[in-house]
Amino acid sequence: MKDIILKAENISKQYRLGQVGTGTLSHDFNRWWHQIRGKENPYLKIGDINDRSTKGTSDYVWALQDINFEVERGEVLGIIGKNGAGKSTLLKILSKVTAPTTGSIKSRGRIASLLEVGTGFNGEMTGRENIFLNGAILGMTKKEITSKLDEIIDFSGCERYIDTPVKRYSSGMTVRLAFAVAAFLEPEILVIDEVLAVGDAEFQKKAIGKMQDISRGEGRTVLFVSHNMAAVKSLCTRGLVLEHGKVVFEGEIIDSINTYLNSNKIKELNIDVLVSDEYRKINTSRKIEILSVKFLNPLYDNCFVSNESIKVGMNIKINKWVPSFRIAGSIFNDEEIKIGTFFTNVKDLNTKQDQLSLEVSILNHNLAKGSYYFAFSVGTGDEENGNTEFDIIYDILNFEITHKTNIKDPINKWPRGWGNISFKSKLELLDE
Amino acid sequence: MNNIDNNKDWLFEITPKNNFFSLNFKEIWQYRDLLFLFVKRDVITVYKQTVLGPLWYLIQPLFTSLTFTIIFNNVAGINTGTIPPFLFNLAGITVWNYFTACLNGTSDTFKANASIFGKVYFPRIITPLSVVISNLIKFGIQFVIFIFFYLFYYIKGADLTLNSLVLFFPILIAIMGILGLGLGMLISSMVTKYRDFSYLVSFGISLLMYLSAVMYPMALIKEKLPKFGWIVEYNPLAYIIETSRYMLLNVGEISVLGLCYTLSVTLAVFFVGLLVFNKTEKSFIDTV
Repeated sequence: MKDIILKAENISKQYRLGQVGTGTLSHDFNRWWHQIRGKENPYLKIGDINDRSTKGTSDYVWALQDINFEVERGEVLGIIGKNGAGKSTLLKILSKVTAPTTGSIKSRGRIASLLEVGTGFNGEMTGRENIFLNGAILGMTKKEITSKLDEIIDFSGCERYIDTPVKRYSSGMTVRLAFAVAAFLEPEILVIDEVLAVGDAEFQKKAIGKMQDISRGEGRTVLFVSHNMAAVKSLCTRGLVLEHGKVVFEGEIIDSINTYLNSNKIKELNIDVLVSDEYRKINTSRKIEILSVKFLNPLYDNCFVSNESIKVGMNIKINKWVPSFRIAGSIFNDEEIKIGTFFTNVKDLNTKQDQLSLEVSILNHNLAKGSYYFAFSVGTGDEENGNTEFDIIYDILNFEITHKTNIKDPINKWPRGWGNISFKSKLELLDE
Repeated sequence: MNNIDNNKDWLFEITPKNNFFSLNFKEIWQYRDLLFLFVKRDVITVYKQTVLGPLWYLIQPLFTSLTFTIIFNNVAGINTGTIPPFLFNLAGITVWNYFTACLNGTSDTFKANASIFGKVYFPRIITPLSVVISNLIKFGIQFVIFIFFYLFYYIKGADLTLNSLVLFFPILIAIMGILGLGLGMLISSMVTKYRDFSYLVSFGISLLMYLSAVMYPMALIKEKLPKFGWIVEYNPLAYIIETSRYMLLNVGEISVLGLCYTLSVTLAVFFVGLLVFNKTEKSFIDTV
């Protein structure tokens, strides 16, 4: 017997892109005209998959498409996916902030959301008054709040400031207070989105502990959305992976996290790329443009070793003569976070050739095991003298760093929690 | 499948379409503390960091009445009979202010609260309701000032008599509030998609005041502008203001037909407003 507390059936959500203007008026009118004649909304038939990087053909986009899932009582479901995969839209529908375009959600319990903390805080009111206001917004009654007031104040650690207007609080204190209110809510289903991104380490630990208590100790159901895989792993029992508004995986949390991380890795194995305009996100002068990039010394495919330089071969085209140039680049990890940037030495441009082949080496990168990708640019200047870029290309040449000793060992010896850099270090005994 | 998945015991269901009229009174009752706290927030935060504080509640109607008295009564020569012109204007303005405060406060419900509505659910109607209630408190304070001047003129020997119908005055104010709420909900729903309406409200209200018998008796407009008097006669607000002056100062006329008309317009506006508001609250966050 499964005790299903929440059930989503065929949830879809359509958004209209672009601006509201006369165009919307005519669409509204058309929709209304179809409605009175008892016909189907004409704009529901069209719509693209939500992929923000490609140019769509329609003004309508499906942020979510045919989402089906069930949640059992007491389960902590982690909802993971890249930016724009539809996680927040799903939570908004679950917390009744916006209605789905089609489909339905059935629930056997009250749903309270903790979408972003500090919602409804009023700067002019004191911490104590805000606890009551925020609690009431989240659906608590005054009686419930009063009975828990001391616990809430204690958990927030803001006792000294509790009768001071919230506008005098630091942002960290506001978050603590807001989380404290929400943590003592007693809905059957709690929806949490990215709250752990703020607050100091001590408070994050406290917050995660509290959420574990909520789900394990008190048997409440939690839906949790975060980019923090460590938090997801330690909190959740099951996972739901979203990609471009569709469920691509549902199952054990470990498998879900792996699916998510692998979906980032696999993109495509582009180790030798002719650069087209889809890699360019911003307009530049293109005095020099990058024609192609490729890896010169991978161990195999696109794998490199932590302590060896990465060599990239690059063909460039000179459209307009400049005295000198250099290559710059950044490396991103699989969570789309930029982890570092390099500027090469400057080369004078004294040939008359209009195409050049280059070799760019990234030395001593000390990257730890993981997946990464590049952005490159050609330009002049650096961090000290200010820079001008002639051409910038993004999201290119993804690669893996493995450890040389265990190339074939699939077991990750470098947990994600240790970060992206494996520092070189040394220990010496100092004689007295 | 051995799930205990019978459709009957779901607590609630979230669907794209809502019923034609789905106001959940039980839910609103559950959130009554929130209503109270919103009212409290509105009242205590309005004049924070001002020197005069709540005195601003009083300064505004007093100076408006003074200006009206000088311009409309002294310069333009509108006759208010035995009633001191200042008191005549103060009565009209106090009641009128309640309406405008309700309309102004509720007409940008969705826009002004987009950030909070976008994150957490509670019955949206709580917000405009709290505006109407907190303005009622403001109205109460302003009404005290009216009573103060009433007594002042009475002691000075002005010919003032109360009408026994004054007992129905609270009902009149309630109608005023409901009309403001209904109109505000209607406009706030439309503003979410087309901002044009918020411009319409700001200049419409000032224009409407001249058509609502605030600074003149209703009989006067019929006498002086017989051709255009019907505009005022079709304005439900004019009846409310005229009737409240009749109750408080015993001047002007009371028209039962006019009041019935006002009541039906109010109820119609309120229900249409509620309907549109309920429809909008489900997905306004996508268009606001």
